[in-house]
Amino acid sequence: MSALTDDLPLLTVDRLGKNYGSRIGCRDVSFELYAGEVLAVVGESGSGKSTLLSLLSTQLQPTAGAIRYRMRDGSVRDVFELSQAERRFLMRTDWGFVHQDAAQGLRMAVSAGANVGERLMAVGDRHYGNIRHAALDWLGRVEIEADRIDDAPRSFSGGMRQRLQIARNLVTNPRLVFMDEPTGGLDVSVQARLLDLLRGLVADLGLSVIIVTHDLAVARLLSHRIMVMRQGRVIETGLTDQVLDDPREPYTQLLVSSVLQV
Amino acid sequence: MTTLHPGYNFAYLDEQTKRMIRRAILKAVAIPGYQVPFASREMPMPYGWGTGGVQVTAAILGEGDVLKVIDQGSDDTTNAVSIRKFFEKTAGVETTTETARATVIQTRHRIPETALQEGQTIVYQVPIPEPLRFLEPRETETRTMHGLEEYGLMHVKLYEDIATHGHIATTYAYPVKVNGRYLMDPSPTPKFDNPKMDMSPALQLFGAGREKRIYAIPPYTKVVSLDFEDHPFEVNKFDKPCALCAAEGVYLDEVILDDAGGRMFVCSDTDYCETRRAEGHRGEMLGEAPAFVSREPAE
Amino acid sequence: MAHASKDSVLRLADVRKSFVMHLQGGAHLPVVAGVSLEVAAGECVVLGGPSGAGKSSLLKMIYGNYRCDQGSILVRDGAETVDVANEAPRRILRLRKSTLGYVSQFLRVIPRVSALDVVAASARDYGVASDEAADRAAALLRTLNIPERLWSLPPATFSGGEQQRINIARGFIADHPILLLDEPTASLDAANRAAVIDLIDVKKKKGVALLGIFHDEDVRDRVADRIVDITQFRHAA
Repeated sequence: MSALTDDLPLLTVDRLGKNYGSRIGCRDVSFELYAGEVLAVVGESGSGKSTLLSLLSTQLQPTAGAIRYRMRDGSVRDVFELSQAERRFLMRTDWGFVHQDAAQGLRMAVSAGANVGERLMAVGDRHYGNIRHAALDWLGRVEIEADRIDDAPRSFSGGMRQRLQIARNLVTNPRLVFMDEPTGGLDVSVQARLLDLLRGLVADLGLSVIIVTHDLAVARLLSHRIMVMRQGRVIETGLTDQVLDDPREPYTQLLVSSVLQV
Repeated sequence: MTTLHPGYNFAYLDEQTKRMIRRAILKAVAIPGYQVPFASREMPMPYGWGTGGVQVTAAILGEGDVLKVIDQGSDDTTNAVSIRKFFEKTAGVETTTETARATVIQTRHRIPETALQEGQTIVYQVPIPEPLRFLEPRETETRTMHGLEEYGLMHVKLYEDIATHGHIATTYAYPVKVNGRYLMDPSPTPKFDNPKMDMSPALQLFGAGREKRIYAIPPYTKVVSLDFEDHPFEVNKFDKPCALCAAEGVYLDEVILDDAGGRMFVCSDTDYCETRRAEGHRGEMLGEAPAFVSREPAE
Repeated sequence: MAHASKDSVLRLADVRKSFVMHLQGGAHLPVVAGVSLEVAAGECVVLGGPSGAGKSSLLKMIYGNYRCDQGSILVRDGAETVDVANEAPRRILRLRKSTLGYVSQFLRVIPRVSALDVVAASARDYGVASDEAADRAAALLRTLNIPERLWSLPPATFSGGEQQRINIARGFIADHPILLLDEPTASLDAANRAAVIDLIDVKKKKGVALLGIFHDEDVRDRVADRIVDITQFRHAA
C-alpha cells in the first residue's frame, strides 16, 4: 500500500440523514472509512442501521448530507452526483453487496458458475474459458466443490448460497463491500465457518467492509471499528474491542450485557 | 384479386390508429433495435396469431403493394392463409407467394431464402420482444439495462448454454446487437436466418401485439449475433440437401413420413422449393414423397 | 519517579479511569487515578497490588482496550510517539500491529482455525513471512510443551492451561518492542512457568520493554526489574 493513498479515506460520510416524512430514518451520521478497514454498524431493529446501509450503497436517496468515494482513478466523487450509469458500474465493479437473504443477491435459476461469472461478463469479458476459469477459482476460494459449478443455487444449502454470493461479489476485486447481516438465519456451525472464511478473505484482499449486524459476536470477530446506532443516530463509536469491553453509553452497556454467554 | 369488402376501412384499422402505429414505426426506424411502445389494438384474431405483425402491415400497406404472408416459411399454413385472406378482404391488395414479387412480406418465424431487395419490407410477428425477459423479470430493470447498454446478462444465458450443452444451444430467437447499440430479439426465427438480417437491403419491422412493442432494423444496418471469443456464433448446418429440390445452404424442416421411422428433410421455404423444382432441380426423394409434402400428385 | 531519566518507550502520565455502570443506576466505580509510570527498553516492570486494584484494567488501557478518562499514555512507535488515550482507532490498530504485544488472561478463540495457525497468524499480522511464521509457531509450541497432536486442532476444546500457553505463544511470537503480560503464568505448572520465564529473559535481552502482572511471587521476583505498587494510585476519597 502506498504511503500516499494510505492516508486518504476511501469513503467519507458527511452528516448523512434520511427522513421518511416526519419520521427519522437516520440523522447526522458522519464517519470515514479507510482502505482495509472493517466497520461494523450495530443496533436493534429500527435503530436506523438498515436505512444507513441503503443510503451508503446508494439504494436510497438521502435527505441531508453527502457521501464521497475515492474512485479507482484516485478522483473523489460524491456518489449521489454520479450518473446512474456510473453508479451502477461502480456497484458491479468496485463495490459489492452481500445480502442477508442470498436469494436477493443471487440469480437462483442460473448455475453457480454463471452467478460468479456475471460480473465479469457485465464488464465485457467475452471469453468463455476465462470466465469459467475465474468462476472455478472463486468457488474454490469460498470452499464450494468444483463439481457444483453447473448447479443452480436452488440446490445449495443456506451456507453455500451465502458463500456463493460472496464469490459473486468478489470476482471483480471490489475495494468496498457492504454486508447486511451476512450470517443471519444460518446455523451456528455454518455461521462460524462463514465468519472464518470472511475474516480470511477480508484480510487477504485488504477489503474495506461496512457490515450491518445485530450480532455483537460477529462484529467482534470481523470488524476493526464499531458504530452503535439508536433511534437513527450514532451514539457511540470506536475500536471494536474498546466499545464492546468498555462501553460508555447506557444503551451500549445494555446491548453488551444482553449477549448470552455460552 | 378479391373485391374489397365495403364494411371496412382500408386495411381494417382506422386512419388515426394507422397514423399512431406509423409514428411508432418511424421512431423505431430512427433508433434501430429500440422497442417502441404503441397502443396495440384488439384485432379479429387471438393473441399469438400475429396481431402485432398484422397491425404493422395494416399501417404500412398501400393500394399498390403486393403482399406475401408466410408462417414457418410456408405460404399455405392456416395462419398464413388467414392473414393473406384478411388483407385481401379488407385492403384488396394483390397477394403473392413469390418472394421477389412481394413488396411487403409478413412472416412468422422465418426469413425467405430468396435474398430480399431494396424497396421490400419484411414484417415479423413477435411474441415476446424483450430478449432479457427470461433472465430479468422486472420490466423497469430491463428498460434501465437497455438505457445504459448493460447487456452482460445476455451472455449469462449463452454461458449457461455452453456449460450445459458444450456449445451455444440457443437455436432460435438468438439475440443480436443492432447497429452496435441495442440488444434485440429477432423473434423466434432460427439462428440460421440471423446473418440475413445483417446489412439487409430491405426494411425490417417487428410487431408484438400482446406486449405492445414495435421495433425495426432499417436497411443496411449492422446486426451482430452475440457470442464468445472461444465459442463464436455458428449457423445450423444440414447434412443433406433438400430431398425435393436438392437445395443446399437453406433451412430444412424434418418431415415424418410414417410410423416406421421414415423421414425426410425439405426446404422450410415452400415457395423457394417449388420454384427450384419448376426450374428442374430434383431432390433424391422427389416423386416418392407424399402429396402433403410436395404438393404434387404422387406418381 | 526515580527511573524517569532512562530511555522509556512507554510513559503514563496522570492516568485516570473509572467505570459508570448505567445499568446499576449510574453507579460510579473508581479504578485508578494519577497513574504515572515509565517502562524502558529491556526492562520488565511488574504491577503490584491486590486483586481489584486495577492492574489488569491499566494494561487494557495501555493496549487501547479500555478507555482512558484523563491523562496520557505515550507509546514510542518507531520514530513517532502515540498517545493511546487520545488517538484515532486506526492509529491504535497500527500501533498494536507494529509495537504492542499483549498476552491477555483469556484466549479469544476463532472458530475452525488450528492452534498452530492461531499462533502463526499473530506473527504474520506483524509482518513475518508465512513460512517463518509457521516455523516460529512450531518452535514456541514445542517450548511451551503443547503436544504436537494438538497443533492441528482448534484451541476451543483445549484445557485452560493449554489455551493460556497458546495465548502466550501468540504474544511472544512477533517482535513487538513492548509486551503487556496479564498473568501469563496463572494456570501453568512449574515446568511451563520456567519456560515462560526463559521467554521473558530472551525478550529482555532483545531490548523489549515488558509490563506485566504476576501473582506468583517466585515468577515475579525472578523476572521483575522493578515492582510498581498500584495501590498508590487511588482515587481521592
